Amino acid sequence: MYEEDGAPGGIVKKIAYVNRRAPHGTIYALEGLEVVLIGAAFDQDVSMIFVDDGVYDLKRGQDTGVSGIKNFSPAYRALEMYDVEKLYAESESLQKRGLVVEDLIVPVEVLSSAEVAELLAGQDIVLNF
Amino acid sequence: MKIAIMVNTGPYTHQASDTAYLFASAALRKGHEIYRVFFYHDGVNNGTRLTVPPQDDRHVVNRWSELADQHGVDLVVCVAAAQRRGIMDADEAKRHGNNADNLASGFRISGLGQLVEAAVQADRLVSFGD
Repeated sequence: MYEEDGAPGGIVKKIAYVNRRAPHGTIYALEGLEVVLIGAAFDQDVSMIFVDDGVYDLKRGQDTGVSGIKNFSPAYRALEMYDVEKLYAESESLQKRGLVVEDLIVPVEVLSSAEVAELLAGQDIVLNF
Repeated sequence: MKIAIMVNTGPYTHQASDTAYLFASAALRKGHEIYRVFFYHDGVNNGTRLTVPPQDDRHVVNRWSELADQHGVDLVVCVAAAQRRGIMDADEAKRHGNNADNLASGFRISGLGQLVEAAVQADRLVSFGD
């Protein structure tokens, strides 16, 4: 692998990674998670927000066997070891899909749509996946 | 202003890469600094030198190369995304035992840390496409 740059110059920004898409069907959830894991080395103030079909990213019991696509959902459990601990799921997105927090593979804080908007407004950087 | 750009879609299918290029060019004309352009997801396909678009159309890849050549803009292709999609420079090709490489002039391959570092260092991160 390539060497990554260290944390630049002591700058700490608020970075939100917004996960909007289902875990499979497109590569965005996987490649988004890769940014979060690599980006953790920079010691920034990171939040991960799961909205729309993105709440499915955290669904327990995923089985991708038939599709031949890698099941990367266990990797979300590693976020804690990378000090990525601020995970949020939008309540409206969960409700529409019949999900409750007990269905999710990692603990999250549930926020309303308005609270997500407020959280995003306070960020320095927002990355959408 | 110091601006970082993220390009998430390949050339031609989507216009996002054109828009990113036009935005970067306009920002440079206005005296802003483009700290880096980072190509991720299918955006790595902007970095292949093997595209041959019709002559009466714009050449998306060459335009990026010219931007790097004329303005010293740092064009970085994500290594993990590039490996999945068959974009590699000579070193990468050698490492993986491939008999060809295709990275266009002015681009370099590096890690995702380059995206986060650019986002932290720049005043703005502007992303294009999906």
